Amino acid sequence: MRTVRFGLNGASLTMEIPDHVLLTELLQDSLHLTGCRESCGQGVCGACTVLLDGAPVSACLLLAAEVDGHEVTTVEGLPAQSPGSHAAPAAGAPAPALHPVQEAFLRHFAFQCGYCTPGMMLAALAYLREGAPMPAREYLRGNLCRCGCYAEILDAVAELGSKEGDTA
Amino acid sequence: MADDQRGTIGTSPPRTDGLAKVTGSASYARHLRVPGMVHTALVRSDRPHARVLAIKCDAASRAPGVVAVVTAADLRRVVRHLHHGPAFRDQPILAAEKVRHVGEPVAAIVAETPAAAHAALPMVEVVYEDLPGVFDPVEAMQPGAPLVHERVEPAGSFADLRGLEPAAGTNVCLHFRLRRGDVQAGLRSVDVIVEEAFTTPATQHLPMEPHATLAIPGADGRLIIWSSTQSPSFVRSELAYLLGLPEHAVDVRVPYLGGGYGAKLYVKLEAIAAALALLIRRPVAVHNALEDLFYTLNRHATRTVIRSGVTRDGRLMARQVQVYWDTGAYADIGPRICQKSGYTATGPYRIPHVSIDSYCVYTHHPPAGAFRGFGIPQLVWAYESHTDTLARRLALDPLEFRRRNLLRSGDPQATGTVMQHAGFVEVLDAVAQRLPFARSRSGHVARGVGMAVGMKAVLTPSTSLATVHMYGDGSVGVAAGTVEMGQGAETVLGQIVATELGVPLHHVRVLHPDTDVTPFDTLTAGSRSTFHMGNAVRRAAEDVRLQLLDRATRLLEAPLDVLAVEDGGVVSREGPRRALTFREIMERTFGQGGTLVGRGEHRGHAKHLDPATGQSDQVTAFWFAGAAAAEVEVDTGTGEVRVPRLVCAADVGKALHPRLVEGQIRGAAVMQLSQTLFEAVATQDGQLLNPNLIDYKALTTAEAPERLEAVIVEVPHPDGPYGAKGVGETGVFAVAPAVANAIANATGGRPRDLPLTPERILQSIREADA
Repeated sequence: MRTVRFGLNGASLTMEIPDHVLLTELLQDSLHLTGCRESCGQGVCGACTVLLDGAPVSACLLLAAEVDGHEVTTVEGLPAQSPGSHAAPAAGAPAPALHPVQEAFLRHFAFQCGYCTPGMMLAALAYLREGAPMPAREYLRGNLCRCGCYAEILDAVAELGSKEGDTA
Repeated sequence: MADDQRGTIGTSPPRTDGLAKVTGSASYARHLRVPGMVHTALVRSDRPHARVLAIKCDAASRAPGVVAVVTAADLRRVVRHLHHGPAFRDQPILAAEKVRHVGEPVAAIVAETPAAAHAALPMVEVVYEDLPGVFDPVEAMQPGAPLVHERVEPAGSFADLRGLEPAAGTNVCLHFRLRRGDVQAGLRSVDVIVEEAFTTPATQHLPMEPHATLAIPGADGRLIIWSSTQSPSFVRSELAYLLGLPEHAVDVRVPYLGGGYGAKLYVKLEAIAAALALLIRRPVAVHNALEDLFYTLNRHATRTVIRSGVTRDGRLMARQVQVYWDTGAYADIGPRICQKSGYTATGPYRIPHVSIDSYCVYTHHPPAGAFRGFGIPQLVWAYESHTDTLARRLALDPLEFRRRNLLRSGDPQATGTVMQHAGFVEVLDAVAQRLPFARSRSGHVARGVGMAVGMKAVLTPSTSLATVHMYGDGSVGVAAGTVEMGQGAETVLGQIVATELGVPLHHVRVLHPDTDVTPFDTLTAGSRSTFHMGNAVRRAAEDVRLQLLDRATRLLEAPLDVLAVEDGGVVSREGPRRALTFREIMERTFGQGGTLVGRGEHRGHAKHLDPATGQSDQVTAFWFAGAAAAEVEVDTGTGEVRVPRLVCAADVGKALHPRLVEGQIRGAAVMQLSQTLFEAVATQDGQLLNPNLIDYKALTTAEAPERLEAVIVEVPHPDGPYGAKGVGETGVFAVAPAVANAIANATGGRPRDLPLTPERILQSIREADA
């Protein structure tokens, strides 16, 4: 057991966490978030992608204790990061508008079964915030979409990239 | 735009499951948690074929957090039958006397946490006596090969499989025969005869959400089964059979599926979860890890030998095909694949003399079954690669050679069923127009274009039932057993009902399957839902519409023929304008709240195939036609292949939601391209060498074609809803041979084994040069 202090989607948390618990397990089982999904368990598929201080990481390869002192963003935190939204909504407040990345994925039909979608959107957001350092098709190769929506996903990212500044 | 918001047929409104999926809140079976729930780890066999002499569970039973360790002997206390299966009841819930493949579940450890269950896995000691195994379907057919099963019983669950009679003392669980014309005489009459052999390996569906089931026992003996299944109705009836319960005692509920592609059909984890829940009297979760997918079900490895006779002017006269399907240790749905896809093994061509022998063969590999395309991609791989070989031999243009021989309306298919309403020529022309033949070379990079066309029959017979419920406020619920696994059925079924009732799409809610509530549906597979369930919900909505009109005749005191349904109400079209909203009709009919229920059904009919000749004048309700054209770049120094452009055309009858249809065509193409270039379950003596995503490569954005085009072709079917057929699989048919034909066009080499690895490409170039 150790005491872990970290940020999650804008909130500050302090938790007692057993050493062996993975970040995927912490998010799913203790914090009851459904957006971070373990699939391959080896850091290959990207379904468990979360942002750690803004950088995409595979939560299945991180011990929960390793997030001590860091900020974690999951898909549940995306709406609050919309341009124009400055804080997590209070309990009972109406749902915030979707983040532009979510809207672009909806508009482009950039998902089918939806299982990989949270991880894919977070990777796409990181790509855009990094200023598109390489072709999107190279950057997103760490996120598998078995339904094969790659063309639609790349279209959504290209559209977001062309509206520079909207998403960062 | 106004039409889009209404969700009218032929437009592309936003997916009704979209918000849940982009917010990450969509529920999948493996996310479900209930109080008192326990977790399971399965002890899996590490032997391909062995007698189980003893299972020592004591140490594991005493491990911290372990609730129970269960073997087949324990299951017999709560199950009436231990064996299940859609074609043959050959698969035990847990292995009893023998194990027949690596990864077969032998015991179940149930514990308070997943970690406790997995920690106890190495504490279970299974004592085996190894037995000789057989790992190749052709070897398994030889006399004296080790027998996988001494005898098997037909399941009798499906009308088309009821007559199967497996021969005792052999590993061939089905030999499908088709004979038409006189193939020997046909071969004697031609100028050119070419024989080739093609193989495909076992491949894995890889749904991003591996199987998950949660079984909740009730005090009254009932069971609630939450499961990631594509066939809730079958799971209910099969569990009722296994447990000796009436069907009403088993309630199968299905949330969204994180992909299916055929992996989640029939009974997978549901039987073990249900039996454990009855034994332990607590809610039991059983989740597969990704590795377990490879032990549960793969796509059939195949070997196809194809021999054709053609005249010098390019007329196909005779074709003989033998197909060997490695169905693994348990038949699953292999026999239906062997037969229903087997009868298309000569391709979408008009050939007077044909013979097909399709063998479904047991081996000691993990089971093989349905996988997007249901055996068709393996067959098209063979006959369309072969088509280009023939065209080359005859020095004919491959497109023209195909057009000369393709089935057209009125031609008999190999079964004798007359081809109608299927656009083989249309889909081929569609891809050829967009991506015409070309070949070029710069340095060591050879570029070429290739194409292919394939066919599939829809599963027949099958049944879909649905009810449409109008609630007191005029909003609508649709009870349909179709599973939403990404294909967009929830959106399209909602669109159909919204269109029939003249209400906006958001007034309609399509329920998740729940067998207590949603009527019977054969399964969500085989591209059958748009046609079958689409017809069922359309008729159920019509039923509601007629009931509303009937009530309106009295309320408006107007005859039926002047009334019409529009804009969420009924209006009188004659005399002074009078109108009632649906809500007003409901309130005036029922007073405070009520429900109108409409019923609809659709059943596809077929006539049985003659067992000696495979002939039937009505073998299927309809046909799918799909074509692909690929542009490749081959590095002739390394053998690496890039596919910068891929065009797929599908005859869908009518695109009810064009964006979703395009998504299905593209998604199928991506999945098939991945299998074409990369995917193979590697095995050695029955052991799996790569059951994980590091060693089993699947295609990502980096290897996806820069241009991936989906072409919608609409040859309407008179019995389909608005003319629609279906689209889930059509995009997979022709991709692999289109890529191989493009490689042959570019390099002169002819690869005949999938996947198209650099080693194989180099080898094929060397053979061509020699």
